[in-house]
Order: sequence, then C-alpha cells, then structure tokens
Amino acid sequence: MTALIVILCLVLVAIVIVQIARATELASKIRGEEEAQRASDYWNSRIGIGFVVLFLVGCIWSALHYQNVMLGYGPHEAASAHGGSLDRLFNVTLFFTGIVFVLTHIALFWFAYKYRGQKGRVALFMPHDNRLEMIWTAIPAVVMTFLVVGGLQAWNTVMADVKPNEEVIEIEATGYQFAWAIRYPGVDNKLGTKDYKKISPTNDIGQDWTDNKNWDDFKPTEIVLPVGKKVRVRVTARDVLHNFFLPHFRVKMDAVPGMPTYFVFTPIKTSEEYRQELRKYDEYNEPNDPKEPDGKKRWEAFTYELACAELCGKGHFSMRVPVRVVSEDEYKAWMKEQKPAYSNIRNTDDDPFKGQALPIDPKEEVKPDSTASPKVVATAAPAIPAAAPTPAKK
Amino acid sequence: MATLTATTAPTKEEKLIQEYGFEDHFHDHHHGDKYQSNFVTTYIFSQDHKMIAKQFLITGMMWALIGAGMSIIFRLQLGFPEESLTWLKPLLGKWIVVNEAGIGTLAPEFYYALVTMHGTIIVFFVLTAGLSGTFSNLLIPLQVGARDMASGFLNMLSYWFFFMASVVMMYSLFLNTGPFSGGWTAYPPLSALPQASDGSKTGMTLWIVSLVLFVVSVLLGGINYVTTVLNLRTVGMTMWRLPLTIWAFFVTAILGILSFPVLASAFFLLTFDRSLGTSFYLSEIFIDGKALDNVGGSPILYQHLFWFLGHPEVYIIILPAMGIVSEVLSVHARKPVFGYKAMVFSILAIGFLAFIVWAHHMFLSGVNPFIANFFVVFTLIIAVPSAVKVFNWIATLYGGNIRFNSAMLFAIGFVSMFISGGLTGIFLGNSAIDIQMTDTYFVVAHFHIVMGIAAFFGMFAGIYHWFPKLYGRFMSETLGKIHFWGTLVGAYAIFWPMHYMGMAGVPRRYYKFDVFESFSHFKEMNQFITIAAIVVFALQVLFVINFFYSIWKGKKMTEKNPYGATTLEWTTPIEHVHGNWKGKIPSVHRWAYDYGKGGVEFTPQIQPMAEGEKDGGH
Repeated sequence: MTALIVILCLVLVAIVIVQIARATELASKIRGEEEAQRASDYWNSRIGIGFVVLFLVGCIWSALHYQNVMLGYGPHEAASAHGGSLDRLFNVTLFFTGIVFVLTHIALFWFAYKYRGQKGRVALFMPHDNRLEMIWTAIPAVVMTFLVVGGLQAWNTVMADVKPNEEVIEIEATGYQFAWAIRYPGVDNKLGTKDYKKISPTNDIGQDWTDNKNWDDFKPTEIVLPVGKKVRVRVTARDVLHNFFLPHFRVKMDAVPGMPTYFVFTPIKTSEEYRQELRKYDEYNEPNDPKEPDGKKRWEAFTYELACAELCGKGHFSMRVPVRVVSEDEYKAWMKEQKPAYSNIRNTDDDPFKGQALPIDPKEEVKPDSTASPKVVATAAPAIPAAAPTPAKK
Repeated sequence: MATLTATTAPTKEEKLIQEYGFEDHFHDHHHGDKYQSNFVTTYIFSQDHKMIAKQFLITGMMWALIGAGMSIIFRLQLGFPEESLTWLKPLLGKWIVVNEAGIGTLAPEFYYALVTMHGTIIVFFVLTAGLSGTFSNLLIPLQVGARDMASGFLNMLSYWFFFMASVVMMYSLFLNTGPFSGGWTAYPPLSALPQASDGSKTGMTLWIVSLVLFVVSVLLGGINYVTTVLNLRTVGMTMWRLPLTIWAFFVTAILGILSFPVLASAFFLLTFDRSLGTSFYLSEIFIDGKALDNVGGSPILYQHLFWFLGHPEVYIIILPAMGIVSEVLSVHARKPVFGYKAMVFSILAIGFLAFIVWAHHMFLSGVNPFIANFFVVFTLIIAVPSAVKVFNWIATLYGGNIRFNSAMLFAIGFVSMFISGGLTGIFLGNSAIDIQMTDTYFVVAHFHIVMGIAAFFGMFAGIYHWFPKLYGRFMSETLGKIHFWGTLVGAYAIFWPMHYMGMAGVPRRYYKFDVFESFSHFKEMNQFITIAAIVVFALQVLFVINFFYSIWKGKKMTEKNPYGATTLEWTTPIEHVHGNWKGKIPSVHRWAYDYGKGGVEFTPQIQPMAEGEKDGGH
C-alpha cells in the first residue's frame, strides 16, 4: 500500500514537472524565441555562478570536515616508515591539482556568465593564440615532470626488495576464499617450502613436512610485528586473486596463485602509540558501538587491520585479520607462546616421520623413511624444537 | 512534408548546393528504393545510418536505465544495510534473503553480480555502443558530406551484433546461478573457475559470448567509420576541415579496431581455460577441496591483454564525448573552437598514448615494480594533451555570445566533470600514491566522474543538440535544464564524498563495511550517497520521459539550421531522406568553425571563400 502511494506521488510529481515545462514552453512561444533565449541566458549564467560558488565552498568545507581521514592529516598518519613519503607526495599533488581545480572552475563559470548571450553582442573571432597555447602546454608538462620524478623516487624506494643478508622478518600471507593464512618462520627465521598439491584439511597451505624449516613455522590468527623492524611479507594465494592491504601502513600487494609477490615495510608505531594519538581527537572519543554508549570508545577499540582489496568472490568484504604492532620484548614473548603448526601433525597419519624421532636441531635433516638417522634417540618424540627458548636469531 | 519543402522556394543553402554542389551520380531515388521500401527495411533491418543511429541510441538508453537501476539496488544495500529490502522480492526473487526477523537483504553473490553487470553494461553497452555508436553513425556521413556509410550492410550488421550481444547478456540476468559476478574486468582465476563463484558458471559463459558478439559489432562499426571518413568526404572536405566530432569519432574507431581484437583473444584463452583444460591463466590452484592440475599459467597475462583493450576503451568512451562537446561549445558560444589544430593533435596524442599506458591498472598486481617507471611517465604525459583540451574549451567560451540551452549546459558540465575527474587521475597515475589509493573508493570516484558522468554529459549534450536532426523536433528546454542542474549537483553529491572514503582506505566492491573497524564509520556518508543516487536516477527518468515525449510532441523544427551552425548536417532537409541530400552533395570551401568571422555571425562550410579570404584556424 505504501509502495502504491509512493509510486502515485512520484507519478504526480512527474506530471506536475511536465506540466510546468509545457507552460513555460508556451510562455516562451508568446514571448518570442529570441526573448526566451535571452531570459534563459540570464538565469542559467547566474545559476552557474551560484553553483560554482557553492561547489568550491562545499569542497573546502568537506575537506575541513573530513580532514581527519585525509592522508597525512590528523590521526590518519602512516604507521610505517615509507608511508609518510607517500602521504607527502599525495599532498604535494593535492596542492598543485587544487590550484588548477579552483582556477579552471572559476574561469569556466565566470566566462560562461560574463559572455552570456546578450542582444547585439558579437562574439570575438579568436581561433587560436600560439603563445597562450605554448604556455598552457608547457606549464602542465613542467609540473608533471616534477610529480613524476618525485613519484618514481618514492616508488622505487618503497618497492625495493630486501638486500641479501639484510636483517628482516619474513612472514607469509596466503589468501583463500575467504580468509588469510598467516605464517611465521619460527626460530630459524626461515619459511619452509610448500606445495599446493599437499594441501589437505590438516594442512591448509600445503607445507612440506619433510622440510625441516617447516617444523617450527607457526600460523597465528593475528599478525603481530615488532616496532621498528623491517618486515618482508611474502604474499600468495591459494585459489583466486586476493590483495594484501594494510591501510594504516600504506601497504598493498596482489596475492596471485602460482606467483608469490612481496612487500617490504617497517612499522614505526605500536598499536598502543597509535591509540594514544587517536585519543586526542573528538570523534575517537565517541563510543565505538553507538548501541552501547558506555562501551569501548573508538580509540580504545582501534586495531590495525589486514583487508582484501581485490575482488575474490562473495565473501570478499570479510577477509579481516587483526594486526598488532608491539615492542620488541612483547614480540619475543608472543613468539614463545606460539605453537608450530607441525605440532598438530606430529605423529598423526599426515606426519612423514610418524614414529620416528626428530633431531633436536631443526637444521639437521632426516629422511622420511625407515632408515632413520642412527644418531637420533628413538624415544617418544619430544614436542617441537620451536618450544626451545632461543629467540629469533639476531 | 517532403513535397512541401520541394515546392517552396529554394533556401539560400539549397541555392549554394545547387551552384557549388558535387555531383556523385546519386540518382534521386530516396522514395521507394530497395533499401527502404517497407516497414522491416525501414525500421528494423535498416541500412540507413540515421535509422541505425536511432537504434543504437534507444537500445543504449534502455541499457542505461537497467544499468543505473542496478546501481540503485546495490546502493540501497550499502546505504541502508539495516533496512529491509523485502519489497524488492517480486523483482529479485531468491536474491533477497529474508531472515527470521523478516528483514530482507541482498544476497552477497547477487550484490557482486549487480556490481559486475552495472560496470559491463554501462562501459560497453551504453558508453561504447550508445555513445560512439549513435553519434558516429549519425554524424559521420552527415558532417563529411556522404550519402551514407561506406557499407550500409556492415553498418546494419554492426547494430544487430550489438543487439544479439544484448539479448545474450539480458538472458544471463535470469539464470538460476545468477549472472557473472567477478567484476567487469573478469580477472581469472575467479572468472575461470566455476567452483570459485556461482556467477562464474553459466553466467560467465554467456558474458563471454555476449562480449565476443559485441567485439564483432564494434569492429564492423569501426571499419565502416574509418573507411567513410577516409574515402567518402565530399569535395573540398580536407582532413583539416573536418569538425572535431569527426576527428574524435575517427580516432575512436581506430582505437577500437586495434584494441578490441586483443580483448577477444583474452576471452578466447579464458574460454580454453574454462572448457578445454588449458593453463593460460591458471597455476597452482587449490579450490573446492581439490588441487587442480593446471601449472605454469599466469593470471597477470590476462590482465595485460584485458587492459591493452581496457585502457584504450576509456578513451573510446571519452573521445566521442570530447568531440561532441567541442562542437556544441563552439556552436553555442558562437565562436570558433579555440586552437583547432591543438585540439586535433591532442586527440591524436591521447589516442597514441592510450596504447602504452595499460599497465597503470596493474602497478600492484604483482608485475615487476620496475616496469611502473615507464607506465607512470607515459600516463602522466597524457595529462598534457588533456590539460590543453580543457584550457582550449575554456578559451572557447572567452569572448563568446553564449546561448544557454540544455546542450550547451551539458557541454559546460562536461568540462567541469572532466577537470574534477581528470585531476584525481594525476594521483592515481603516480604509482607511489596508487599503493594506497588503488582499489579504494578514490578510484571509484575518479573513474565515475571522469569517464562515467563526463561521458554521459557529452552524450546528453549530443542528444539535446542533435535531437532536431534525429527527429525533426526539439526536446523540452525546461525539462532539459532541470535535468542538467539536478544531475550536475547530484552527480557531485554522489561521487565527491567517495574521495574521502578512499583516502580513509575503504576498499571498493565491499558488500558491507562493518566487518572492519577502519571502514565502518561512514554510515551517514553512505546514506547520503544513496539518497543522491536515487534523486539523480529519478532525473534520468525525467530525461527519458522528455526524450520520448518530444519525439512525438516536441516543438517542431521549422528551419534547416536552427542553431546557425556551419557544418554540413544542417544543410540537409528536415525530414530524413535516403542519401541525405536531394540532388547534389554540397561541396566544402572552408573549415568548420567560421563563427563571427569578419563580423558575420556564422559562415557555413558550403559558402565559397570570398576573394582574398583565408581559411581560418590554421
């Protein structure tokens, strides 16, 4: 019923508008075409001025209103070492394009107003002006050169891979429909090999258990990173394209099945530091959930997040992994708590070393067959080497 | 009507054509010729370019309403996720999922299907076929002085292949598994694996079939446009005397001919992967509990092939709009378009650069970061010819005697949109900024403004301007102005706020935002955008009403050249005749933009040069 009333109202409005249009058309017929056209020129050129004033004021107002979500302003500062350079580049570009935007809009609507049709006016015959055209070809070319040089410098620095022997934490993110599997290298700081054909219900990314580098790899449900340490994320996908996107760190890279990609970045603010920054802003002191006015405030509820930014199917919007940046000590403590994925496999049917003992040092290899290495003590296998208290190598 | 004009005293134009016209041995057979003798050959399988233009336009308008309507449905879900959409159940059936509380929401897979179809339909069916198809067909023969296209038959096929593509795409909307839902770019493996998504089953098969038919349509049309422009120009119509519309359509057609076959090849390889077990795009995939055998393929290969079309496609959409706007601005400012040669060179430069910037869509797709260096440079070079065009349009207004009608307003609105959307392209074309911005709402705002709204504005300018040429009547000016001002404000209201969402990092193609703390605080903004979208949609309905009302009831055209324009299409009789001109074809003596020259308001192209007069604009 309400739908019917709404439809009827809309039809009525449409009829009214059409009737008004017909009436004005009739009126203009009476007034004469020339006169009607001049009246139209008069009014529309003025509406144009009104529009451009409101539009430009609206742009500035909206920029002020939303400045806290603009890159590099207020609380929206990059939490990674390279992020600041991108934000700066953004703002330099915003400065130049802002000038062009305002000037061209003023010129466009001002000329339209100033040179609106008037009786007896003859338009200027000005087919071209080489000097003017040279100027406005050259200026954009110069500005573009400036932006390109700055942009490419930043790009090549940000996208550079780690140098050999550089100290770095390498973690791996595998996207699949519709979640991320995060893998840490464990105490040996090396990710074990994997093979997609080995994927099974107990092995969701296909780790090769015969590779001893895999024995200490663990797969947490959140990403925890130490502040100030370079991180190299190896990004891959299991089924379709995904994209590893950390908005606060200005990190984004496609996850491509069959072709690992990477992104290197350094977190510079712990989650807690970032929260304290946010605390200074009014909107972050509002309750996070409007239904619970006494619940956590927005700054308290804040977490860094990992999102998917490449359409991957119907659950694309839900691939969230919380990210926590902590101090070096907290990171070490957290590492110690983690249990390697292999510990769930150990001595099950999926374990190639079922019933065999493993060397205490994961660097020594064993072969998954009955001729196990004689120096291994054949008792009930201990837990996994990662339980050893040695922290990640320096 | 035909006899009426024939018996009245010849007009000035007719006298000029009789005196200086060009005899092409076209015998006056516009009544009852074999091509237009009955209803079917006149209105359905017509080979007349003017009728084909109308067919493209009306089919395009129908698709525009469907495509825009889809966006309203998914905007309702985004803007009001907690409101019930149960009232849409009669239309969408099982795609509205009703929970125990009676709240109906859009099924996520159908949300993605709508987003995908919205993009596909608007990009290909509306802004390629509906825009370039309509106006290339209408204006190329009329403005270069030709009886018709080089091949009327191929031209007819071009429309009917488009029609078949439309039928197949329409059919896919009604599939049980839903239409394709992997985004208009159809990236594999999502599009290649039926296990990955319901839309990648039959929906994707039909999507490919439809678009391959569409590629055929574009190629048949494009070959015709290029041939006609190169070979059928009337006497005196040198390339440097062509109106900018024709230059734009000409370069657009070349872009289409060179890039659409690459899209077809990408689709063929995709079909092989889907049906024949090849591994062009697939490697090391585990899906649906099974590890697939495919190894060695690369999804990036598809992206290269796709964007080798996809980027020129952007210019295939925007160049015709630019051409139309240049013409409309000049005619109604009563001034020659400023810097004609610079405009032509800009079109050529944009057309050339269009082919060497495709990978700027792929900066973060996993290609070697080093290649971004080339693509950033070429991409930002495009800003130069684009800026030249904008400055020249503004300079065209300077010193004019501007006639504000709906066509002119939309042309001015186009320039505003092109500036706003073009400038954000400078952010995105710079790969470093693109790290944060790509695949966010910033991109959505950018391309909707610069090639969505701007191209629509160009199309509207063209429709209002050439409506009299199409139907012999005018559209209602009052409705046109309501349409313009409402759409201008409304379109900015929709897309301007999205820039801020993009800066905050909100990714595009999200069914809902509340899973992420970082993205969930734009509720009011999303509601505002949805309401603005509904208002703008209502205004487009008003335009459609105006269009069809005016076909039958609009103000009649009483003179051949109502705008005082210089170009050839306004020397043809008001009623459409096969062959466009009765008797001789006019010959051309000057460039297309002699407005206000020597104090004369306008001098048509058919007017011979006075003694000692120089051709303008050179």
